[in-house]
Amino acid sequence: MAETEGVRRRDFINIAAVSAAGVAGVGIVIPLISQMSASADVLAASSTEIDISAIQPGQAIKAIFRKQPVFVRNLTPKEIEEADAVDTASLRDPQTLAERTKEGKENWLITMGVCTHLGCVPLGAGEGEIKGEFGGYFCPCHGSSYDTAARIRKGPAPKNLEVPEYAFTSDTVVQIG
Amino acid sequence: MSFPWANEYKPSHPFMQWMDERLPLPRLVYNSVGGGYPVPRNLNYFWNFGFLALICLTMQIVTGIVMAMHYAANTAVAFDTIEMTVRDVNWGWLMRYMHANGASAFFVVIYIHIFRGFFYGSYKAPREMVWLLGVVIFLLMMATAFMGYVLPWGQMSFWGAKVITGLFGAIPFVGEPLQQWLLGGFAPDNAALNRFFSLHYLLPFVIVGVVVLHIWALHIPGSSNPTGVEVKTESDTVPFYPYYIAKDGWAVGAFLFLMAVAVFYFPNALGHPDNYIPANPMSTPAHIVPEWYFWPFYAILRAFTQDFFFIPAKLMGVLAMFGAILVWFFLPWLDKSPVRSGAYRPLYRKFFWLLVVDMLVLFYCGGAAAAEPYVMISQLAALYYFAHFLIIVPIISAIEKPLPLPYSITEAVLGDDDAAQLAPVANA
Repeated sequence: MAETEGVRRRDFINIAAVSAAGVAGVGIVIPLISQMSASADVLAASSTEIDISAIQPGQAIKAIFRKQPVFVRNLTPKEIEEADAVDTASLRDPQTLAERTKEGKENWLITMGVCTHLGCVPLGAGEGEIKGEFGGYFCPCHGSSYDTAARIRKGPAPKNLEVPEYAFTSDTVVQIG
Repeated sequence: MSFPWANEYKPSHPFMQWMDERLPLPRLVYNSVGGGYPVPRNLNYFWNFGFLALICLTMQIVTGIVMAMHYAANTAVAFDTIEMTVRDVNWGWLMRYMHANGASAFFVVIYIHIFRGFFYGSYKAPREMVWLLGVVIFLLMMATAFMGYVLPWGQMSFWGAKVITGLFGAIPFVGEPLQQWLLGGFAPDNAALNRFFSLHYLLPFVIVGVVVLHIWALHIPGSSNPTGVEVKTESDTVPFYPYYIAKDGWAVGAFLFLMAVAVFYFPNALGHPDNYIPANPMSTPAHIVPEWYFWPFYAILRAFTQDFFFIPAKLMGVLAMFGAILVWFFLPWLDKSPVRSGAYRPLYRKFFWLLVVDMLVLFYCGGAAAAEPYVMISQLAALYYFAHFLIIVPIISAIEKPLPLPYSITEAVLGDDDAAQLAPVANA
């Protein structure tokens, strides 16, 4: 054996053993961390279908998507006009109503009912709830006001109410997620 | 390490001698909390709160293990199992209210313990490690208390969990995936409730471990004392047993009396009525507040309403809230004054009391609605909070002229070193 030159047998065993233990250590950390992510059943429930045929203009409903409220709102022509009249450059999170709805379905405003500040449920979707000074939604927790396109207009929330991924599967059914 | 005059453990019973040669556990106890541990003779009542904290931790673990026997971490039944524990389980009401009020008591005790440290400079060399471990314990306590509050799955439980995990969503790029990873879903649900229960059961034992290190680190230089002058001779100390065991015992009696008043007569005074409404993910309570012991830090979180250059306001609030505690880690090096005790630091003492007032202001604002004038007051108070640690304390330690220190603890107590009489040796 070439004990005196190059890599010695003991060094090799030492490095190989420590490396193997290191790889095994990292290997077991991956499942330990990954198991905390959303499980398959939670992810499987992350799509929902809503029948919107009964929602009259000016009305809104609260549906459930990913265990969180989602607001489906049938805007009146006046509300659409108000939303379009706003200069987007003046907004905190500049977006037009058209960017937040589907083409040809501008009256259907579908957003998450989760305030972008700290996650409370804003008021304004239910019958008789206050809609805030911009006629959209109002979060009672810290006073964020959203307009008729659910864009943030006043208060601490940094972003507009999130528009989830959705598609009209027919004229009266929306699939969210 | 101990002082050279510490009493030696000398077991007289043959069995204890046999034990001492095989597993010297009684020796460890004797040297840690017995006659073999000399402690400064001049400790005031503020030095009882470390022991009281240990009592609180023990009480929380015992009542918590009992609660876990009757609780089920499932969103469908969690709320009901707590109510059934209170109503149907023998003595369940006692266990539940001792546990809930015990958390509040623990924080009262620990805040006094921490502010004792601020006033008397307990964080200074050679006790920095005691202090650092103490801050770690406090952070662990906060995590444990937060997760415990989620378990009853009431409205405040749910929305507290949502808001606090939402804070992690403020972190750029990784925020949202991180939040989903913490919750195991898109909003607090079964996965979150179960892991919170698991960790709520685990963390107290982690705290026990860090407490052992905290006490170990303390016993190397020994306890500090109100003069801040280090122990010089035997007459400066008395053995922990019986002197401080007796004094701590008195404090425990007083503490348990107050605890009993709270548990028997005001069991819900510190709770929030909304948490007796089962969690409803579709409806937010009008006024979300955390438990009272988080109010000062919650006020700092909410104080940030404007974006700061490229950092969004929400992230700034989160950073400031954690920063408010992390700054304590640097305190031993921010305060360079060689004098420990606030009793001999006329300038520092004034600013210490200002900090106390500032914390009370933050406390009040954190429990109030997020509206003016409370937001502006929180902003000023939060600014002062950080200024205290980062600007005022370093400046004071540079410019202050401290009062003359006594030569020794004995002199401070008796006026003269020669007047001292040594404590008689207690038999082991």
